[in-house]
Amino acid sequence: MNRFGFFILFIIIIFSSKKLYSKNIKVCSTCEFKSLEMAIESSCNYDSIIVEKGIYKEFNIIISKPLTIFGKGTPTIDGNYRGEIFEITSENVTIEGFNIINVGESFKNDNAAIRIKNSKNVTIKNNFFENIFFGIYLEKSSFCKIYNNSVTGKATEELYSGNGIHLWHCKNILIENNIIKNVRDGIYLEFSNQCNVINNISQNNLRYGLHFMFSNDDTYRKNNFQNNGSGVAVMFSRNIEMLDNVFQENWGSASYGLLIKEINDSKITNNVFLKNTLGVNMEGSNRISFKGNDFIKNGWAIRVRGASYSNSIVKNNFINNTFDISYNGNINKNLLHKNYWSKYNGYDINKDGIGDLPHRPVSLFSYVVNKSPGAILLIRSLFALILDFSERAYPIFTPTYLIDNEPSINKSE
Amino acid sequence: MIEIKNLHKKFDDKIALNGINLKIKQGSVLGILGPNGSGKTTLIKSILNIVIPDCGTIKIMGSKTLNNSNYLKNIGYLSQSAEFPQNLKVYQLFELMKSIRSQQNDQKYFIEMFKLNEFLHKKLNSLSGGTKQKINISLAFLFNPQIIILDEPTSGLDPISLIHLKKIIQREKEKGKTILVTSHIMSFIEEISDDILFLLEGSIFFKGKINEVKSKSITKEKSDNFITDFERAIINILKNKND
Amino acid sequence: MIKILSYCFYDITRGYWISIYLSFYLFLGFGLLFLNNDISSAIITLMNIVIYLVPFISLIFGLTYYYSSREFTELLLVQPLKRKTIVLGQFLGVSICLSLSLVFGLSIPFFLVGAYNIENIFDLFVLIVLGCFLTFIFTSISYIISIMNDNKIRGLGYSILIWLFLSVIYDGFLMSFLIYFEQYPLEKISLAFVLLNPIDLARTLMILNLDISALLGYTGALYKIYFGTFNGIIVSSIILFIWLLAPVILMLRIFKKKDF
Repeated sequence: MNRFGFFILFIIIIFSSKKLYSKNIKVCSTCEFKSLEMAIESSCNYDSIIVEKGIYKEFNIIISKPLTIFGKGTPTIDGNYRGEIFEITSENVTIEGFNIINVGESFKNDNAAIRIKNSKNVTIKNNFFENIFFGIYLEKSSFCKIYNNSVTGKATEELYSGNGIHLWHCKNILIENNIIKNVRDGIYLEFSNQCNVINNISQNNLRYGLHFMFSNDDTYRKNNFQNNGSGVAVMFSRNIEMLDNVFQENWGSASYGLLIKEINDSKITNNVFLKNTLGVNMEGSNRISFKGNDFIKNGWAIRVRGASYSNSIVKNNFINNTFDISYNGNINKNLLHKNYWSKYNGYDINKDGIGDLPHRPVSLFSYVVNKSPGAILLIRSLFALILDFSERAYPIFTPTYLIDNEPSINKSE
Repeated sequence: MIEIKNLHKKFDDKIALNGINLKIKQGSVLGILGPNGSGKTTLIKSILNIVIPDCGTIKIMGSKTLNNSNYLKNIGYLSQSAEFPQNLKVYQLFELMKSIRSQQNDQKYFIEMFKLNEFLHKKLNSLSGGTKQKINISLAFLFNPQIIILDEPTSGLDPISLIHLKKIIQREKEKGKTILVTSHIMSFIEEISDDILFLLEGSIFFKGKINEVKSKSITKEKSDNFITDFERAIINILKNKND
Repeated sequence: MIKILSYCFYDITRGYWISIYLSFYLFLGFGLLFLNNDISSAIITLMNIVIYLVPFISLIFGLTYYYSSREFTELLLVQPLKRKTIVLGQFLGVSICLSLSLVFGLSIPFFLVGAYNIENIFDLFVLIVLGCFLTFIFTSISYIISIMNDNKIRGLGYSILIWLFLSVIYDGFLMSFLIYFEQYPLEKISLAFVLLNPIDLARTLMILNLDISALLGYTGALYKIYFGTFNGIIVSSIILFIWLLAPVILMLRIFKKKDF
C-alpha cells in the first residue's frame, strides 16, 4: 500500500512538471543553432540548451521562459562592451558553466552580466565573469541561488564601477562559494531580507567586500573579506548574523574590517579581525553581541561612535591591537566580560583562568586621541607610553564603566 | 720675536689681562711670576691662541695669532697637567703628533733621556702621572721649536725628572731658543731665567733683568737662611707696591 | 681632520663603553627576534627603543668624551691645526663610532636570525638611517653643551634636561595644546611642531614606513596628504638634514671662540 502510494506520488510529480517533455538543444559553430539567442528563441519551456566550447559574441540575451542553459567546456559569451549580456525575467532558469566577459560600461544604466528581474528559483552557478560592470544583478527576486561563480571586475574609480553581486528588493537568496574581486562592492544587499551569504571570498574591491543597506534578518558566515577599501558595511538594518568570517587586511587611512551603523539586535560571533585599520567601527548601534571573535593586530579593535547601548562583548580575544577599544560619546549598559586582552597586566594567583584584577581596555592615549584626533601624531611616543602607564596605575580619565571585571588569562578558542 | 700690544681679556666680570704690552726678544728666557689669578696662564694661553683676547694684538715672528694656527709650528708648549687619549699606546701618540706636525723631531733623544722605551707599547691610561708628565715634556720639545712655553713645568715632577728638565732647558737655551716659563718655585725661575716679568691683577707690575732685581734688594734686608736673595727681592717689590 | 678622526676612532673603539653599547644592541636584537617570531613587530619595538635611547646615549657619550679629552684637546690646539679641524674630527669620530655600533648591533642579529623579507629589510634600513641621524644630531648637541659648560655636572644636567624635554615634555606640551585648542584646525601647527623636534621627526618618519602609518591618516585629512605622499617624506628628510647641519655649524662657531 505504501509503495503504491509513493509510486502514484512519483508519477504525479513527474507529469505535473513539464520537464519530462523537455529536450536538449545544442549550440555550436557547426550546429543548427549557431547563437545562443537563436536557440533561446526557438526553445520551449524547460528545455536545456547546451552550448559547446567556443566564443559567442552576443549581448542583451533575454531569457523569458524557464530554461537550463549549460556551457560545455566553458564557452565564452563576449558582450563586446555593447550592453548587458543576459536578462532573466522568467522563473526557474539556470545558467551554468560559462565564461561571461566584457560588459558595457554605462553611466546611465547599471549594465550587468546577468540581470535577474522579478523572478524566482533562478540558479547561477559555475560561471566565470570577467571585465564586467555589474556582475549578477538581482532585482525583486526570491529563492535564487548564486554559487561557485568567479566575478572579476576592473574597477578603478568608485563612481564609474559596479558591484559584483547586487541584490535589490530580494528575499531568500543564497550566495555561496563565490570569488569576487576588483569591483566596487563585492556583494551588495539593499532592501533584501532572509538572505544567506556563505563561504565567499571577496577581495581587492574598491569599496566594500560586502554591503548591507536596509536589509534585515540576513546571515553571512565563513566569508573572507580581504584587502577591500573596507571589509563589510552593515547599515540601517537589524537581525544580521555575522559568523565565522575573516576580515583581513583592510588597511588604509579610512579602512575598517566591519562598519556597523544604525544596527540593532545583531550577532557577531567567532569572526577573525586581522590587521585592519579599524577592526569594527560601530556607530549608533544597540544590542549587538560580540562573542568569541579574535581581534588581532588591528589599529583599533573596536571603535564606538555615537550613542550605542546595551552591547555585549564577551569572550573575545584582543591580541596586539594598537588600541583595543575606543569610544566617543555616551555608551551605556555595555558589558565587557571574560575577554582575553594581550595588554592585561594583572595576575591570576588562584589559577582559575580569570585575572584577579579588572582590566580597563580604554587606554588614556586612545581616550585623548578620540577627544582630539590630532593627537594621533604622538602615537608610539614615550609620552603616550608614560601617559598610559600612569593612567593604568591611577585611573582618572578613562571611564569606570568600561571595565572587564573578569578578564580571561588565556585565549579562548 | 713675540710682540704683544694692548692685550685685554675678561672672563665674565673678572679681568684677567688689563692692557699688556710686551716684547720678548729671541734667545731670552723669560720667567713669568705673579700670585694666583694674576693672569700668567691667561697671558701664555693668549700667546698660544687657546684663549682668545678681547682686544689687542699678538705677533709671533711677524705673524698675527688670531685666526691663525700656522705660527704654532714654531711653538712648543708644556701644559700644567697632561691627559692623553686613554686607549692609545705611547708610540701611537708620538706617531700622531709627528703626523700632525710633520716636522723634524728628536724623539730618540727624549725616549732615551726619560727611559720611555719600556712604555712605548703600553696604553696611555695605564701610565703613572709622572710618566705622563715626561711624555708631555717630550712632546713640548720634540719638534725643536723656536719658542718654548712652559706653564708650571715643575708641578708633579719627581726630582730626577726635574734635573732632566733643567738640562733640557739649558740645552735649548744654548741653541738660542726663546723660552717663557711660569712657576711658583722662585729658585727654579731664578736658576733658568734671564728676564723676569711680574704680573699683578692682569697688568705688568714689573719687568727686568734678573740680575737687576737681585742687586736692588740685597743691601736693605738682613739675611735669612730660608729666603734666597731673589725671593727677598720679589718680596720687596711687592711691599713697595703696597706702600 | 682625518688624522684627528682616526685617532679618535681608534681611541673609542678600543674603549670599554662602546663595546657595551654595541653588545646592548646585539642582545636587544637577538632577544627581540627570538622572543618575537613576528619580525615587523620586533622592528616596531626596536624603533621605540632606538628613537629614545640613541639621543640619550649620544648626549651622554659625547659629553663624557669631550670632558675626558679636554686636556688633550688643549694639546691639539697648540699644534698647527685649525680649531675647526680638531672639533670636527673629534665630533665625527664619536658620531661614527656610535653609529657603527648601532648599524652592526641591529643588523647582525637580524641577518643571522634570518626569516626576513624585503619589506623588513627596508624598515630596518630606515630605522638604522634614522638612528644614525639622531646619533649625529645629539652628539653635536652634546658637544655644544660641553663646550659651553666647563662644569661637568652642569653639562650633564643640561644634557639630561634636553633629552627629557625633547623626548617627553615637548610631546606633553603638544598634546595639551591639541586638547586645549581642540576646536580649531590644528593640523598644520601640530605638523610643524613635530618637524621642529628631531626625536618626533624621526619617530614620524619611521612610522611613515611602518604600516601603522594608516592610523595617522585616519584622523586628519592633512596628515593623510602629508604622510601619504612622497612630498611628506621629502620635506621631513630635508628638515632632518637641517637638523643634522644646524647644530654642527653652531658647534663650530662656539668652539672657534672658546677659551681653554
